[in-house]
Amino acid sequence: MTRHLRFKTRVLTLVVVLANVLGNFLMSWGLKHRGAALGASVLEYLTVLLNPWVAAGACVLIVWLLSRMALLSWADLSFVLPVTSIGYVLTAIVGWTLLGEHIGPGRWAGTLLIMGGTALVGSTEVRTTERKGEPVSVGGVR
Amino acid sequence: MKWALVGVIVGATVLGDVFQTLGMRRHGEIHDFRPGALGRVAAALSRNWYVIVAIGMMAVSFFTFLTLLSVADLSFAVPATAATFVIETVIAKYFLKERVTWKRWAGAALVACGVALLAL
Repeated sequence: MTRHLRFKTRVLTLVVVLANVLGNFLMSWGLKHRGAALGASVLEYLTVLLNPWVAAGACVLIVWLLSRMALLSWADLSFVLPVTSIGYVLTAIVGWTLLGEHIGPGRWAGTLLIMGGTALVGSTEVRTTERKGEPVSVGGVR
Repeated sequence: MKWALVGVIVGATVLGDVFQTLGMRRHGEIHDFRPGALGRVAAALSRNWYVIVAIGMMAVSFFTFLTLLSVADLSFAVPATAATFVIETVIAKYFLKERVTWKRWAGAALVACGVALLAL
């Protein structure tokens, strides 16, 4: 049970992270090539969703949302947030390599600290609270 | 302008995540990932008010994020919203009653420092 929980937590964490990075990249690509900044008009927001890159990004981010909800059905919020924040590092790398964005030493250092926080919290138990029909074990579920 | 948008994103994301956690706790652990079973999960979640409010908050966060992406770099926009990590860890401890160990607090502190560096 515990091994199975750990396995599905890892698999779904991977799905959450990759969907988040890919979705953000696709949306950013679409918005960058749109030319102008978004205003306050609702119509403008709906129109931008017709851009194929932004639409693809939105679809991938729906996958991100659903997989994250599934992860939260058994894991703590204070666990899910840091372990999935490794996506920040991947996003910075994608922004730097594929979008040609400038990332200074300060931003790189900040991204690395976020990565350190991810690793630290990732070593803690997956769940410390009760779920419907799933009581927490003593010491949590690792 | 950029930081005002970050503020809206952080507020909506925090509320969205807290409601999402409450909603998924209420639903219980998802065991079956076959398409039919996932359809039944989706049907159950569509009647879960916590999840409905969470998705509304995430929609606010999403559209504000779109605006931010149109005026700022992706490598600024995404990490700057990491402030949610620290706020939500505090809420997880005192409101969601999760057991937040020293490792989780230290992780939150590292992310807070990371966010501060991103603003340089």
